[in-house]
Amino acid sequence: MSAATWLRGAAALLLVAFLAAPQRFAPLFAPLTEYGAPPIYDQGNLALLALAQLGTVCLAAAASTIVAVALGILVTRPSGAQFLPLSRTLVNIGQTFPPVAVLAVTVPLVGFGEKPTLIALFAYGLLPIFENTITGLKTCPPQVLEAAAGMGMSARQRLRAVELPLAMPLILEGIRLSLVINVGTATIGSTVAAKGLGEVIIAGLLSNNTAFILQGGLVTGLMAILLYDALAALERRVCRRVQFD
Amino acid sequence: MITIESLTKVYGTTTVVDDVSMAVDRNSITAIVGTSGSGKSTLLRMINRLVEPTAGRVLLDGSDTRNEPAHLLRRRIGYVIQGHGLFPHRTVAENIATVPRLLGWQPARIRARVEELLRVFQLDPGAYADAFPHQLSGGQQQRVGVARALAAEPAVLLMDEPFGALDPIIRAKAQEDLLDIQRRFGTTIVLVTHDMDEAFRLGGQVAVMSAGKLLQYDRPAVLLTRPADPFVSRLTGVADRALKLLSLTTAGEAALPGGCEGPQVAASVSLREVLSELVWSGARAAAVLGADGTPSGHLTVAAILARGRP
Amino acid sequence: MTAALQAATASRLKLDPLGVLLSIAGAAALMFLPFVLVKANRIVPGDPRALGEVLPAWGALGCEAALLLCALVALGVADARVRLAAALLGVVALALAVAAAGDALTPPGNKVMRIAPGAAFWVLLVALGLMATDATTRLRPGPGLRVLFLALSFGVIGLVLAHGTFDNLSVMREYAVNATRFAHEARRHVWLALGSLGAAVIVALPLGILCHRVPRLRPGVLGALNVIQTIPAIALFGILMAPLGALATALPWAGELGIRGIGAAPAAVALFLYSLLPIVANTVAGLKRVSRAAVEAARGMGMTPWQVLSGVELILALPVILTGIRVVLVQNIGMVTIAALIGGGGLGTFVFQGIGQTAIDLVLLGAIPIVALAFSAAVLLDALVEVMDRART
Repeated sequence: MSAATWLRGAAALLLVAFLAAPQRFAPLFAPLTEYGAPPIYDQGNLALLALAQLGTVCLAAAASTIVAVALGILVTRPSGAQFLPLSRTLVNIGQTFPPVAVLAVTVPLVGFGEKPTLIALFAYGLLPIFENTITGLKTCPPQVLEAAAGMGMSARQRLRAVELPLAMPLILEGIRLSLVINVGTATIGSTVAAKGLGEVIIAGLLSNNTAFILQGGLVTGLMAILLYDALAALERRVCRRVQFD
Repeated sequence: MITIESLTKVYGTTTVVDDVSMAVDRNSITAIVGTSGSGKSTLLRMINRLVEPTAGRVLLDGSDTRNEPAHLLRRRIGYVIQGHGLFPHRTVAENIATVPRLLGWQPARIRARVEELLRVFQLDPGAYADAFPHQLSGGQQQRVGVARALAAEPAVLLMDEPFGALDPIIRAKAQEDLLDIQRRFGTTIVLVTHDMDEAFRLGGQVAVMSAGKLLQYDRPAVLLTRPADPFVSRLTGVADRALKLLSLTTAGEAALPGGCEGPQVAASVSLREVLSELVWSGARAAAVLGADGTPSGHLTVAAILARGRP
Repeated sequence: MTAALQAATASRLKLDPLGVLLSIAGAAALMFLPFVLVKANRIVPGDPRALGEVLPAWGALGCEAALLLCALVALGVADARVRLAAALLGVVALALAVAAAGDALTPPGNKVMRIAPGAAFWVLLVALGLMATDATTRLRPGPGLRVLFLALSFGVIGLVLAHGTFDNLSVMREYAVNATRFAHEARRHVWLALGSLGAAVIVALPLGILCHRVPRLRPGVLGALNVIQTIPAIALFGILMAPLGALATALPWAGELGIRGIGAAPAAVALFLYSLLPIVANTVAGLKRVSRAAVEAARGMGMTPWQVLSGVELILALPVILTGIRVVLVQNIGMVTIAALIGGGGLGTFVFQGIGQTAIDLVLLGAIPIVALAFSAAVLLDALVEVMDRART
């Protein structure tokens, strides 16, 4: 196994070990605290918080994927081509709005908690998936499409059997990017009472406890990196069939 | 089998195909030739309605092709393009099985058909059925493309410059294979090409197109001896037309009875090759061998030269 | 004959699909959602009021007429310029209506009452905004025109705000209370965003060039920067607080300079670190895309390696590098908002204070300028990238 795989495995093990039995790591974090503050976050279960954050991110990613892919398919059809410039502009705007601002603005509409975080993550995650869907569908080799049409596949069959499978690597790439960025962004949700590792970090900021900040930050960072690698491996497995000359 | 009636296609202000009418016989190979922009590909694609005509209609076995949805029509017609268009994400077997699956064939029947076609195209099913297109050579990919088009046993096969991307040696073999396939399956083939030699080699009938109009539609020999238009003779080539004419007749067809001394040629070779052999060897006559290898006739230089004139 | 007639009728009745969507949304909003919310003070939720209830008859009718005109244009007119004009007219009508509502509902001299735009106002604003965006996108304005339009919009909005038309609206009331602090925090916000970007460019550009020249460095450098990107912003801010605090205690002159454990310093350092990856990655990518032929020609002409780099390669790679800078600037404007959590200042202070006090108008006071800043940065830099791209080809 390569060095990278060893590193990955070690990181994953470390993460699981820490989440399963955080108190065991207390001696490691103790030097970072002052005045006898608790070295390990004790106002909630770290594992549950991590899972909650992951859950929020995945839910938002699912919503982003459905909307972005559907929109991408729509605007690459002849009937929907007129909406391409507008959709592109809108999705771009969604990415330009800082997630914090989106969060702050949606709170009065939907209240505190998970909902504004989901909305902010949804808007922020659309662009990579949308752009990649469009590029993937548009760069389908024209001869393959011509042959498919010539063989008697209807438009829907062409989409399902040829265009989407060939665009899949790019679409999955976009989803992966969107997911991983959002894992880190989701920590902001804790400022509006969403359950996640952000509250560990904020508790640390409020009580000047660097140990808490590190725990929240490192667990999130590790989750993001491991997710990135896991999804890359999944992508390679799924897309092994698609190769161009 | 295929009747094209006054087919016209206009894009904006450009007339790409101009009032073309022709009839293609069953169980034949028809070649459509012309320079780039002559409208030959567009004409071909109007047969399977990848391009919808502006005017005119196409009758397939007597019925108008517009009577059914386009994609259903195309499942009954084989279509091969330059660059083959194989699905990169599917195996060779899955590629070939595409139209049979669309038509709802039984899996056992599909499997049998795939194996049969692979064998016909000299690709060992064990080695190639589960391979992916990018693992095959250019020539093999082209063969799979044709196999895929024939999978559902269509009565008609449309081919658009199918051999254009192949190098000369493989191309000659591929052309021979096509003649074999046609004889074996009895498919009606319409082939578009810009290569005159290929058209003459393969086509029982050749249609010459220029600027959207059909200039002449006849047997190759007639195109050579009685061109309807100066462009036709320019296309077929005036410089070596006699030799081209000779290449259209085989030794067997022109042989005179009786044997002779001299080089031996098979009955299947063209008169052009016999002449070349006689010039090279310096002899004045050649013996023609039948299929079993025994002499079945002879050819003199004079007899050959006589065939080279209209 | 009948077929032709049918075709003609169908084309005449052809309604713009986007127009249909927006008109229905707008009409439903106007009918069922409140136009303004009347709040006795800044904290209580407001009483909903419809458009007809808050303006004198002619005012409400005028606004509705303008909106109806917009709907009709959206449904039937295909010319993008007319659509844009109609959308802008609608926005103006809407703005005037809500400002008039504010004036009408506030008893003179009352500084406690808050009139906030209601859901109907926002839905209509979004709908008109979509119509304007769609029209603008269809017109495909060049970069110069886009920047001009942006400047004009800001100019108009600035004048109107200064004039005091909107003074009775909730958000402007909050501004009135926090005016000096707003200016201070806004300046700080821009400084932090631009400053960290500037510092990052100075470091990342040479680093990117180095990584391009020495491919072996790429996995290590890009990998490390990638790891930094995965650390959430608030965590990085927090993690930097301890070392910077220690630094401040150890070196007194550092404290003088403003390097402290809390405040803007950890935010600035964190932003600097976050800005590195996009610029390094884009510099490498941009340099990779420079045609080998152009570099060969330059070398062949006798240019020194430095001249080739500065005169040819960087120029040709500039659009891609600028795109990276654009990404960083927009990202930074958003992240400075979070810096408020560690006392870093910036417009985020209003956002988080507003969340804490459940005063939505305070949140908007912070959020709207942040969004405007991010949007302007995006438009300006995109225009710059496009100009550079065109100049190359």
